[in-house]
Amino acid sequence: MNLLSVSNLHVNFHTKERELAALIDVSFTLNRGERIAIVGESGAGKSVLGFSIVNLIGKPGYIESGSIKLENKELTKMNLRQLQEIRGKRIAMIFQDPMMTLNPVITIGDQLVETIRSHTKISYKDARNIAIEKLHHVQIASPERRFNQYPHELSGGMRQRVIIASVLLLNPDIIIADEPTTALDVTIQAEILQLLLAICRDNGVALVLISHDLGVVSKVAERTLVMYAGHIVEEGPTLEIINDPQHPYTQGLLNALPQMTLPGQRLNQIQGSMPSLAERPSGCAFHPRCPYATQKCREQQPRFIYSGVSSVACFLVEDMLNEFAEQDQEAN
Amino acid sequence: MKYSKKDLIHPIPSSRWHHVWSGFVGDKLAILALIVFLFYCLVALLAPLVAPFDIADPAFMDLMNAEIAPSWISGDERFLLGTDAQGRDLLSVILYGTRLSLTIGICAVLIQATLGICIGLIAGYLGGRIDNFLMRCADIQLSFSNMMVAIVFLAIFQSLFGIALYQQLAMVILILVIGLTEWPLFARTIRASVLAEKQKEYVDAARVMGISSKRIMFRHILPNTLSPILVIFTVQIANAIVAEAALSFLGLGMPATEPSLGSLISAGFAYMFAGSWWICVIPSLTLILLILVMNLLGDWLRDHLNPRTYKD
Amino acid sequence: MATPLIQISGLEKAFSTNESWFSQWRFHQGKLKRHKDSVHALNGVNLTINQGETLCVVGETGCGKSTLARVIMGLTTPSAGEIHYLDQRIDQLNNRQRMFFRRRMQMVFQNPYASLNPRMTVYQTLSEPISFHNPQFSQAQVDEQIDELLESVGISASSSDRYPHEFSGGQRQRISLARALSVEPDFIVADEPLSALDVSVQAQVLNLMMDKQEERNLSYLFITHDLAVVEHFATRVAVMYLGRVCELAPTRTLFSAPKHPYTRALLSAIPRLDSNIAQPIRLIGEVPTPTEKPIGCVFQARCPYANQRCYEQSPAMVLQNDGSSVACHAIEEGRL
Repeated sequence: MNLLSVSNLHVNFHTKERELAALIDVSFTLNRGERIAIVGESGAGKSVLGFSIVNLIGKPGYIESGSIKLENKELTKMNLRQLQEIRGKRIAMIFQDPMMTLNPVITIGDQLVETIRSHTKISYKDARNIAIEKLHHVQIASPERRFNQYPHELSGGMRQRVIIASVLLLNPDIIIADEPTTALDVTIQAEILQLLLAICRDNGVALVLISHDLGVVSKVAERTLVMYAGHIVEEGPTLEIINDPQHPYTQGLLNALPQMTLPGQRLNQIQGSMPSLAERPSGCAFHPRCPYATQKCREQQPRFIYSGVSSVACFLVEDMLNEFAEQDQEAN
Repeated sequence: MKYSKKDLIHPIPSSRWHHVWSGFVGDKLAILALIVFLFYCLVALLAPLVAPFDIADPAFMDLMNAEIAPSWISGDERFLLGTDAQGRDLLSVILYGTRLSLTIGICAVLIQATLGICIGLIAGYLGGRIDNFLMRCADIQLSFSNMMVAIVFLAIFQSLFGIALYQQLAMVILILVIGLTEWPLFARTIRASVLAEKQKEYVDAARVMGISSKRIMFRHILPNTLSPILVIFTVQIANAIVAEAALSFLGLGMPATEPSLGSLISAGFAYMFAGSWWICVIPSLTLILLILVMNLLGDWLRDHLNPRTYKD
Repeated sequence: MATPLIQISGLEKAFSTNESWFSQWRFHQGKLKRHKDSVHALNGVNLTINQGETLCVVGETGCGKSTLARVIMGLTTPSAGEIHYLDQRIDQLNNRQRMFFRRRMQMVFQNPYASLNPRMTVYQTLSEPISFHNPQFSQAQVDEQIDELLESVGISASSSDRYPHEFSGGQRQRISLARALSVEPDFIVADEPLSALDVSVQAQVLNLMMDKQEERNLSYLFITHDLAVVEHFATRVAVMYLGRVCELAPTRTLFSAPKHPYTRALLSAIPRLDSNIAQPIRLIGEVPTPTEKPIGCVFQARCPYANQRCYEQSPAMVLQNDGSSVACHAIEEGRL
């Protein structure tokens, strides 16, 4: 059975004029211990998706319809108390900016101890021992000294380690990491990614990595979901998606990377930019930027189909598949 | 590469003021406050036209008509809101008084703002010793209560130059006194905004272009610090009107021949317990409503011009 | 060889961290003493930028790369060292003397949301520098130049009366570039111009910058932390660490044969798509804050090859056989 299954999720933002759709018909599943990535540019809705899994989307956003199931429990129907039990204990979140989670006026040790003691009844001393052990676990040197330091005394990479340690305290089943390394330098980023990967592997934790960086994703995730303008446009094994992208957007995204072109040559750019919530185009949301767009793309929403490599929502791929099927029939 | 016409970017128009305006239309209290305030301004501007009596007319003051109650009590149709102890029509006096109070308030705050904005801009943009010096001046200024400064100054002026000259110049002096004592508020707010704006890259971009400091301060930074100014502006006008009323109440403000709302209240106060309550109460209500409306507008502006509530 | 466009020698910059006079007094052994704390952002940088080339400066947060850009542009004055523009020294100039060089050198900034004045329309943003530096221009000439400039960066001239918030990040960065180009410079400093943009938009802006370079024979000093962009765009690369250049090499050479231990670690840490690359080289510890002027090699604390000499003596840039220059004792001694 799936650990987490999201089906037909619609998330809207409420404004004075009208309802703006942030997520449209999003479905995916996550197995125990699996690592998936949600990739997209800013405005694609990937962070909204991350937040709505734990029902943390703040006003004016709300879940319009759809279901999010953690094993058998429906998260969208839960009250705040039940949700708080789930958050942290079953599903933990890591944000881009560690200072969003760390309280600047409390030592990191006390914050860790408080987290443990709010969920389990143990003495301060025991909690302290667990906290120090976890700090050690995330490869923080001299954890006893760090225990009494304030967040501002640590570097960005060190803070992110503390966050990972705090996430580990309650042994969650799922970690949702929203751009965990974007604010860090490359050398630190590599270390944090390795740490995250090792922790998920060692403890059988499932990971949802939200990122805009395909390079980062390829290092960590087994399966990748590509989002564009509130839709999942492609889903499949990470290696397949990187080596053989099906959706024109994924292709464009990959081709736009500098390493895809010879040095000094013009890069393969995608024209235009991501539409804002208020100006979502009709039909396939990508059609204004798509080099292959047809009349059909402008009018209808493509279905999600399995192409043999990955699942894609694109008429181009669908038509191609249909053509192949017809040829097969004729041959038979 | 040349861009073909088709590839050029045409952005979709949207406007910040459109956002503020749409927020405004949705807020009934804000609309009401604005309407009332505009009504006050209109009445103040048109006082000579709408007032039933001309206060400059010598026949206006007629002791025969003294202390007539408002028309709904006395039944005297000539005086809608009754008359004061000197037999002046209260409605006309209030209209002229509002005009005077608003003029003093607005002019005083204009002085405050000009001084405060210049000092705040210079202190914030140039920084260092100049900043330290100017802000310590502001601290010293703030450590004296503005009321105290005004009282001392006005009392000295009256005793030095005599009441006659004072009464001639009362309005100008009041404007100057109130205007010069409250600039630090503007200066501090502007300085704080300038310090934040100075960090932004558009200021660096202008410096890299070789644009002069003066132009950067007034053309680039100042327009970006105006929203908080607008808020303080409305609240400060209200404060200035109150300050003027308080000074007048203490007998240091406008003379009885040229009454502002404050001096009307002050004059009427003596008759409060003699049965002629309206001479004091009606101008007071007028003043309270004006101050309330201005504060409401200020609050509303603060909420809606705040960049944190408006995200682009 | 022709004179380099920009020559930087021995550039140092220290920022005072306790600016206020009152906080500079400390009790030290029973006596009140004045003490200035400072951070040494640049510790002797030597660089040349040739005409028509793109010199990329890479390094992590706190290595002084942005300070370098600001010092070159005259936004802050250096503590020591010299900057020459075609043989003319420019680091000691006052505002008026610098005016000529303002036209020659321009800058593009990192944050597209902060680098355009939100209260000025695109037209105002562009017309200010044009009419400021070309007072002889008539209104019609200014208008014509703005329209031309906007269309050359891919923005419709009819949108010149719009405010910056009506544009997306990538579009704003195009306008920033148009502003920099408006005075027709031949040298542009770009301080992380792509880091706030999405991948597909990064490609657009990078293409635009390359087009402009070709059209106008521009030279770029391109500051970035994104090595993929560097590999694609740079003619030469300077790797900075704690305020010093530790390796300077032609792009091809640097990426195929990195020499300095720090460069090696940096290159191995890029998350690449092709997954069969060796494990990244782990560096111990974090980048320290240089409150003292460093003695010895700046990389000593994190370098796996550091020996006693590295702690005592600062390595000089040594030209290697393949055209790169490296400041490392280990390489000089043949230990690496």
